[in-house]
Amino acid sequence: MSVLELRDVVVDYERRGGGHVRAVAGASLDVERGQIVGLVGESGCGKSTLARAAVGLVPATSGSVVFEGEPVTPMTRRARPAALVRLQLVFQNPYSSLNPRRTAGSQIADGIGLRTNAARTARVHELCELVGLPGVAASRYPHEFSGGQRQRIAIARALAADPAVIVLDEPLASLDASAQAQLANLLAALARDLGLGLLLISHDLAIVRHVADRVSVMYLGKMVETGATLPLWARPAHPYTEALIAAVPRPDGGGVLPESLPGEVPDPARPPTGCRFHPRCPYVFDRCLTEEPPLESLPNGRAAACWLAGIQGFRVI
Amino acid sequence: MSSLAYGLRARARSSRIPAAWRQPLAIAGTVIAFAWIVIAVFAPLIAPSNPLAQSFPASESPSLHHLFGTDELGRDVLSRVIYGSRVSLPIALALVAIAATIGSIVGAVAGYFRGFVDGILMRSTDLVFAFPPIILAMVVAAVLGRGLFNAALAIVVVAWPSYARIVRGLVLSVGDSEYVQSARLLGASSRRALVRDVLPNVIGPVFVLATLDLANAILLLSGLSFLGLGAQPPQAEWGSMVAEGTQYFQWWWIGTFPGLAIFTVVLAFNFLGDSLRDVFDPRTARRAVESDA
Repeated sequence: MSVLELRDVVVDYERRGGGHVRAVAGASLDVERGQIVGLVGESGCGKSTLARAAVGLVPATSGSVVFEGEPVTPMTRRARPAALVRLQLVFQNPYSSLNPRRTAGSQIADGIGLRTNAARTARVHELCELVGLPGVAASRYPHEFSGGQRQRIAIARALAADPAVIVLDEPLASLDASAQAQLANLLAALARDLGLGLLLISHDLAIVRHVADRVSVMYLGKMVETGATLPLWARPAHPYTEALIAAVPRPDGGGVLPESLPGEVPDPARPPTGCRFHPRCPYVFDRCLTEEPPLESLPNGRAAACWLAGIQGFRVI
Repeated sequence: MSSLAYGLRARARSSRIPAAWRQPLAIAGTVIAFAWIVIAVFAPLIAPSNPLAQSFPASESPSLHHLFGTDELGRDVLSRVIYGSRVSLPIALALVAIAATIGSIVGAVAGYFRGFVDGILMRSTDLVFAFPPIILAMVVAAVLGRGLFNAALAIVVVAWPSYARIVRGLVLSVGDSEYVQSARLLGASSRRALVRDVLPNVIGPVFVLATLDLANAILLLSGLSFLGLGAQPPQAEWGSMVAEGTQYFQWWWIGTFPGLAIFTVVLAFNFLGDSLRDVFDPRTARRAVESDA
């Protein structure tokens, strides 16, 4: 059984003056221990909202989030239930996710359950070393670190809670290329060595391909394709996945702009009829305009939400 | 590791306070404010004569005997200005401290509970903001009756809402910040996060506002005394001394010197508040550090 299970999660945001926006329109996802699951999609497709709903920062309108067999309840004024503390979130921007007035060590120590100060200090040093920070880092303030080091502090803080799953919301997006690569390797090592489940949300497909075991592709609040990383990369089953992968720049200069993807992500408050992707899909046909394709299982544990997936010659996996 | 440690040490050396010290206005403000505090504390030692004794010829112009001259009742103006600091400074400090405490508590409660409580508390601050401060302070002081204590109380009434607004805004914005969310995810209750993560980030701006407000409070207090609602004769208070001076324009020194005292104190606390704001604002603080790198 998966350690973190999201089933048909729907998240609505209230709009000022009535009405609501459906940021996540029924998304399902599983994370196993020791597994890195990549979640990719364009800006505004609901990735971050799904991440917040997964840890209980945002209440789900419907659907269920289950962590280690327990339902994830939305946050109240009280302390989070102890069992849920093992489900952690790392934010995108390490400049706003660390308190500027507290030392790195004190913020990391927040998540440590140990009683004595000496034991806590020792554990803070251990965690600093684990994420590749020098021991002296604990007594420094966040403004004394670079972006990459800050993100390491944020990861150490999440690790302090002895988590089973960490949700990472675009953890690499605000870093420079070398820091991105180092942190991506760190994340892969953590998942492998500590048996952590990671839900890695990113729009950087190259990094997701590099570290993720499985990938889910999200479009306008719904999953359009999931599967093991390499097969999905080799033969995308959904036109959106295909367009995303085609847009990744290649060293030979062969990366192409996704010309097949005209226009912007539609307003989630007024999604298109039928298939959500049909206004931008190069393979659109009449059925797509009226009927929404379900996320159908395909061979090898894959699934895609496209009428063409697996039935026509050019879409066979 | 060693290069990192070196970098950290280099950054740590240019800490925040020295950056502020390098600003001339901050130094001027600190020196003047400190000088006035010393004068207030040691007034009996510094003042040449009793501020209430009418023991000199009336209305003498400034001379070596009476540096600031004497007033219409034959009192030494220098001594009265010096003793006046013992009235304005402590009362202004006390009333600003009280207003900041009340306002901060109201603002923190409004920002923490939000919703209905927030609405009620913030509408009451709007009520106070709807009037010009000096007018409202006059009305309250007039209702309470003449006297320094009532004047100070009236100023507290008009001063607390700005603290409430600032603290509420900060509690709201810091409360929604990602580092507070992270602390909550690690198992901190809402109240614990408020104490450990929110309030330390609120204290700086409140401190800055209080320093700037000190100048306002002295001005308001002098204003009320000028209008006859604050200090009562024969007490030596700067505002009421200026008021007396307006009746004898031919003897300019009676009103000018207490006026200058108000001017320097208000200016000093304004300078101090402005430079403190630069110190506490992370953006300007960083700019100061970068510019001398």
